Amino acid sequence: MTSEPRTSEPLVAVSGLSVAFPAGDGGRAGGGLVRAVDGLSFTVPQGGSLGIVGESGSGKSTAAYALLGLHRDTGAEVTGAVTVAGHDVQAADDAALRRLRGGVAAMVFQDPLSSLDPYQAIGDQIAEVYRVHRRDASRRAARARAAEVLDRVGIPDAARRARSRPHEFSGGMRQRALIAMALACEPRLLVADEPTTALDVTVQAQILDLLRDLRAETGMGLVLVTHDLGVAAGSVDELLVMKDGRAVERGPVRTLLDTPGETYTRDLLAAVPRVGVRRPGAGVRGAGADDAPLLEATGLTRRFGRGKDAVTAVDDVSLTVRPGETVGVVGESGSGKTTLGRMLVRLLAPTGGELRYRGRDIGGLKERELRAFRSELQMVFQDPVSSLNPRRSVGESIADPLRAAGKLDDAAIVARVRELLERVGLDPGVYHRYPHEFSGGQRQRIGIARALAPEPKLIVCDEPVSALDVTTQAQVVRLLGELQRDLGLALVFIAHDLAVVRQVSDRLVVMRGGRIVEEGPADTVYEEPRHAYTKGLLAAVPRLEGAEAPA
Amino acid sequence: MTGYLLRRAAGALGVLLVLSVVVYATFYIAPGDPARLACGPRCNPEQIAQVRDQLSLGDPVYLQFWHFLQGIVAGHDYSTGTAVLHCDAPCFGLSYQNNQQVTDMLIERLPATASLAVGAMAVSLLLGTATGLLSALRRGGATERVLTWLTLAGTATPVFISGLGLLMLFCAYLAWLPFPSYVPLTEDPEQWAWNMLLPWVALGLLESAKYARLTRSSLLETLAEDHIRTFRAYGVAERKLVTHHALRGAVGPVIALSAADFGSMFGGAILTEMMFGLPGIGALLVHATTTLDLPVVVAVVMVTGTAVVIANIVADVLYAAADRRVALR
Repeated sequence: MTSEPRTSEPLVAVSGLSVAFPAGDGGRAGGGLVRAVDGLSFTVPQGGSLGIVGESGSGKSTAAYALLGLHRDTGAEVTGAVTVAGHDVQAADDAALRRLRGGVAAMVFQDPLSSLDPYQAIGDQIAEVYRVHRRDASRRAARARAAEVLDRVGIPDAARRARSRPHEFSGGMRQRALIAMALACEPRLLVADEPTTALDVTVQAQILDLLRDLRAETGMGLVLVTHDLGVAAGSVDELLVMKDGRAVERGPVRTLLDTPGETYTRDLLAAVPRVGVRRPGAGVRGAGADDAPLLEATGLTRRFGRGKDAVTAVDDVSLTVRPGETVGVVGESGSGKTTLGRMLVRLLAPTGGELRYRGRDIGGLKERELRAFRSELQMVFQDPVSSLNPRRSVGESIADPLRAAGKLDDAAIVARVRELLERVGLDPGVYHRYPHEFSGGQRQRIGIARALAPEPKLIVCDEPVSALDVTTQAQVVRLLGELQRDLGLALVFIAHDLAVVRQVSDRLVVMRGGRIVEEGPADTVYEEPRHAYTKGLLAAVPRLEGAEAPA
Repeated sequence: MTGYLLRRAAGALGVLLVLSVVVYATFYIAPGDPARLACGPRCNPEQIAQVRDQLSLGDPVYLQFWHFLQGIVAGHDYSTGTAVLHCDAPCFGLSYQNNQQVTDMLIERLPATASLAVGAMAVSLLLGTATGLLSALRRGGATERVLTWLTLAGTATPVFISGLGLLMLFCAYLAWLPFPSYVPLTEDPEQWAWNMLLPWVALGLLESAKYARLTRSSLLETLAEDHIRTFRAYGVAERKLVTHHALRGAVGPVIALSAADFGSMFGGAILTEMMFGLPGIGALLVHATTTLDLPVVVAVVMVTGTAVVIANIVADVLYAAADRRVALR
C-alpha cells in the first residue's frame, strides 16, 4: 500500500474538528446549522485505543464517522484536520478515501441486524470488500480470505457458514461477521460505533474479548464509541468524555474513572448503575411478605403458532406479586420476559396456566369482562417514541385511559392530567404539546403518567429505561421508586440490564428460554447466585471498577 | 414448493369461483329479459324462446349457474331444436349475436392481446427500471430532474395522444414503418414484430413512467439502509452500491406491480388496441358491452381474472427467488 508512516507519528490525529449539519428541512436555503461536533481534538498513538463516551447527542458517533470521511456528500459541513495513519482524510480525493475506508481504517457498526446485505452470502460480502482493496486478488483467493477471517472471529465451520445469508446468523454471529469484514484487509485502525449495544450481555462480553484478542494479535488501533462506561472501562487505554460536541475530559481510563476531574464526568459516573451495589434503602419498607398476593401466576404458558412451527415463548412460569413490592425480571433476548409481562397485564391471553388478580382468575376472561380490571393493571413500554401517538398532544394521550374509564367529566379529566404531569416531574403547561417536542426521558415520564392515570395497583414496566442515557435512566428509576412509595404500587420491572434491575427490585426472577431458572430476594440472587446461568450473566456484566472482579 | 403451488392454485380457484358468481349475478339477474338481451335486437320470438331454453332460464338461478360452471369445466351440449351443438370444455356459452361460440371468439382474439401485453410489458420494464436506475444514480443532478420531468409527462400523456404522435411521426411523416395492421406471429414473425412495434412502444412508454418512479423511489429507500452504509464505509464505489447491493432490494415492489399490470393487460389494453386496430380482447369487450352481448362480457371478465390471479402467483414465486428470506409455505 502507501509508504509506512513513521512510528513516531500518531495513528490518529484530529485537531479542531467541527461537524455541522443543516438544521430543519430547508437545509439548502442557507438555514441554520446544528453543530454536532465543535472544535474537537485528540490523538491515538500507533496501536493505541481510545474510548469516546458520552450521552446521546454528544457527537461521539459523528466524530467517529469523520475518521473515515463518512460525512462527505451528506451535506454536512466538516472543518478541521483529520489524519489517519498518515492520510489526510479531509484532503483525500474520492478514490483515495475509498482506499482508506476498509483498507487503512475499518468500521464496525452498532446494529448487526441491519448492517449486512440481507440478499448476499456473508462470505461473498467479505470477499467483495477484500477485492475492493486487493485488486489483484482472484475470486477464489478472496473467498478463502473471507473464510479465514470468519474462522478467526470464531464462526464455527467457517468455510461452510460463509455461504449463509445474514438472517441465518444470530445477532452475536452477525457482529462477529462484521468484525471479520473489518479484519479482511488488515487495517491499522478499527473504529467501532456502539458495537455491543444491540447484543445480550453474555454475547457482549464475548465480542469485547474478541476485540481485545485481535488487537493484541494484530497491533491495530481502536477507537471505541460507546454510551456504556462499563464497556469502555475494560476495552480501552484512554477515555475521551464528550458533551454537546466538545471534549469534557480526556485521560488514561483508570485515572479518569477513579479520579474524574470534571463535574460532568463525576455525574456521569455516579449515574451508572452498579451491579455490585445493594439497592439504597432496601428492606426499609419491609415489603409486605404477609400481605395477600396481588397477582398470582401459576404454570403460566404462552405458545405462538401451531403444529410443528409452534414456539413456546413462556413455559410453565409461576410468579407472585404482592402489593407495594417490585419484582425484577431479567433475561436475555428471547427469554420470554416481554411475553410474560404482557400476559401479567392481560394484553396477551395465556394459552395455559392460571392468572389470579386479587384471587379472581383473569387468565381466561374475555375482553369485555376484563374491562373492569384494565384500569388496575397498567404497562409502561420500552420505546417512548413509538408508544405515544405522534398526532395527539401528550395531555390527550394521558387522558385516554381516563376517558375510557368514563368516570370523570372533561374538566375533571384535564385537572387530573395536569396533576399527573406534575407528579412525574413535568410542567403541567405542556398538556397541549406533541411527543416530538420532548426528549426521550421526558417521553418516558409521559408514558408513566399515562400508566398512572387510571390509578392502577400494578404497573408492568417493560425495559422502561433501556433506550435512555444513564443520567436520564437514574432519574426515571428514582421517579418510579418515589411513585411506588407514595402510591403503594406494585411494580414488575422487566429489563436485560442486571445493574438497573438491582437498583429497583425487592425480588428477582431470572428467565431463560421461557422458564424461570432462579428466583429469590434480589440481594441474595445477586450475591449468592445458585444457578450456573445466573452466575454467567453476572460475570458478563461489564464493570467500572477494575478491582471488582466477578466472584 | 409444490405444496405451496398447490395451495395457491386452490386459493386461486376460490377467487375465480367468487368472481364468476359476481359477474354471473350482475349480468343474468339484471332487470330485463336475459334471453332477449342475449339474443340481440333482431331476434324473433321463436329465436328468443330457443335462447331461453338453451340458457335453461326456466330453471332456478342456482341451477343456471351450475350449468354455466359445468360448461367451463366439462363442456356443454346445446339443443338447436333439430340438432345438438357441442361446445368444448372451457365453454363460456354461445354468442347469439355473432352466431359463434364465445370460447372460439376468445381464442381468435387472444394472440393479438397477448402479443401486445408481452411486448409492452418488456418495453415498460426495461425502459422504466433503466430510467429509475439512472435517476437514482444521478440523484441531485440535472439528469435526475430531466428524467423526473419526463416520467411525469409520460404518466400524464394518454395513450391516444402518444400513440397518435408516434403514428404520425413514424408512419406518415418519416414513413419508416407501415401503418400497423396485425399479422399473426405464426404467419410471419418479422412482419408481426414490425407491425407490433408502435403499439408496444406507445403502451410501454405510458406504463414505463410508473416503473421509473417506483424503481427510483424504492432504490433511494434501499440506499438509505444501514447495510449500504456498511459497504460505503468499506470503500465500495457508489455505482456498485446501487447495482450490486441496492437494486436487489428494490426489485420487490417492481415485481409486485408488474404482475398486477401484466394480468390486467390480458383484459385488453382497450385504447391501444382500438388506436392501432388490433383485433384483441379489449376491442372485443368494448363491442360486446355496447351490444349487450352478455356471454362475451362474462367470458372476458373471467379470462382477465384468471390472468391476474396467475400473474400474482408468478410474482410471489419471483419475489421469493429475489429475496431468500421469504419462505414459501
